[in-house]
Amino acid sequence: MSTAGRILAFGLQNQLRNRWIVGYGLLFALLTDALFRFGGSGPRVVVSLLNVVLLVIPLVSVVFGTLHLSNSREFIELLLAQPVSRGALYVGLYFGLALPLAAAFALGVAVPVLLHGGAGSAGLVTLLLSGCVLTFVFTSLAFVAGVHFDDRARGLGMALMVWFAATVLYDGLVLLLATLFADWPLEMPMLAASLLNPVDLARVLMLLSVDAAALMGYTGAVFEKFFGTGAGLALAGGALLTWTAVPFLLGLRGFARKDF
Amino acid sequence: MTTAALEVKGLRKTFGRLVALRGIDLSVAPGRVTAVVGPNAAGKSTLIKCVLGLVRPDAGRLTVLGQPVGRDPGYRHAVGYMPQTPRFPDNLTGREVLDLLADLRQDDADDDELLRRFHLDEQVLDKPVRTLSGGTRQKLNAVVALRHRSPLLVLDEPTASLDPMASGVLKDAIRAAAESGATVLLTSHVMAEVEELADDIVYLVEGSVRFHGTLDSLRLKTGEKKVERAIASLMREAA
Repeated sequence: MSTAGRILAFGLQNQLRNRWIVGYGLLFALLTDALFRFGGSGPRVVVSLLNVVLLVIPLVSVVFGTLHLSNSREFIELLLAQPVSRGALYVGLYFGLALPLAAAFALGVAVPVLLHGGAGSAGLVTLLLSGCVLTFVFTSLAFVAGVHFDDRARGLGMALMVWFAATVLYDGLVLLLATLFADWPLEMPMLAASLLNPVDLARVLMLLSVDAAALMGYTGAVFEKFFGTGAGLALAGGALLTWTAVPFLLGLRGFARKDF
Repeated sequence: MTTAALEVKGLRKTFGRLVALRGIDLSVAPGRVTAVVGPNAAGKSTLIKCVLGLVRPDAGRLTVLGQPVGRDPGYRHAVGYMPQTPRFPDNLTGREVLDLLADLRQDDADDDELLRRFHLDEQVLDKPVRTLSGGTRQKLNAVVALRHRSPLLVLDEPTASLDPMASGVLKDAIRAAAESGATVLLTSHVMAEVEELADDIVYLVEGSVRFHGTLDSLRLKTGEKKVERAIASLMREAA
């Protein structure tokens, strides 16, 4: 097994015994189950879950990511004093956290959906995929913040700011712009804005795939209008993949150059 | 000429405006125990972290047993490190930590003797690390550093937070490693410990080496018999 693989295996072993990760998965399971019990059909449950996914996954990922990195600081130093390259260690640490987080979410949602016979619901696969991608994106952002700031409080603060900007602040700004410039053609600026926000991209992706883009959110409607469903899906998906790769590489670069 | 266990040339490091190391030259002969001492913020940690590759120097070269310290982590097969404050992943057991590190190093491990002398039996090693006391974790930390018989041991305040018996076991193990040819680089604030363990002393002040020599030459230079007094006299000199 490669060095990164060994570190990953130890990370998985460590996280699977972590009560918080298990609790996080159970939370999704309870919520999904409850949504089914309160009279929801499959597709409606998926759309209800969407809003939770868009808020909770980025928040949990940034908080977990920064805290995990700062709590592991001494052990990371010990590992770096072994014949281990920084790149391999970073890859192992990252996936050792992002994979259990993504798995807890995916299993937490998928198991009750299967039990309630909602497996064929439109958008379920997209929901699971978007949730996993958001986990990866925000774990990456957390690692960037954690690598950059040695002080735990500042790292966590920075990561929370990113979460706040991408969820609450962004929606407010888009709404404000849309009202202020209601008489202007806003499609292009809105499109650009949504490409800059992974949470909004996930929402667009989700709504395009359940064919409800116009129902929720300004940018979703713009995407549909401009690109049609197919091309819109491809663009949003591509942008989201870029969002996964770029922070990961930034964090890797920072980690490789860091003084511990 | 034999290869030095550790060779440092023109090592400089600044953190922002703080100059941590201002051009250090140091050559540590194999098989010797060298204590790095100095007041707080003298650059001891930075020097050690440069040897481990944790801190990237601004200028200068380091070699460990002739292998350059740089991007290639291979030289660290020769290095055993004992940090000052160990923290291991909460949910793993001591045994799993030892196995992980052995697995990463792929070097021969021979730990039974030290584990036995530290009274780290299966019952202790199968508990999650978070339930162990600070002293027990420190013992585990010592085993991690020493069990691979690395030719260069870097020990940061090794006996801090150990009880007198465990501290004695560790000191014996350090001396035994040195006698079988390992080079030891250690930091300590306990001068009695330095006196007991070290052959040589490196005295750092404000990022420069003020003194490097044997304990006897330190005594001769300062006219003090006790190492503690000798170091104090060096400090006064520097002030």
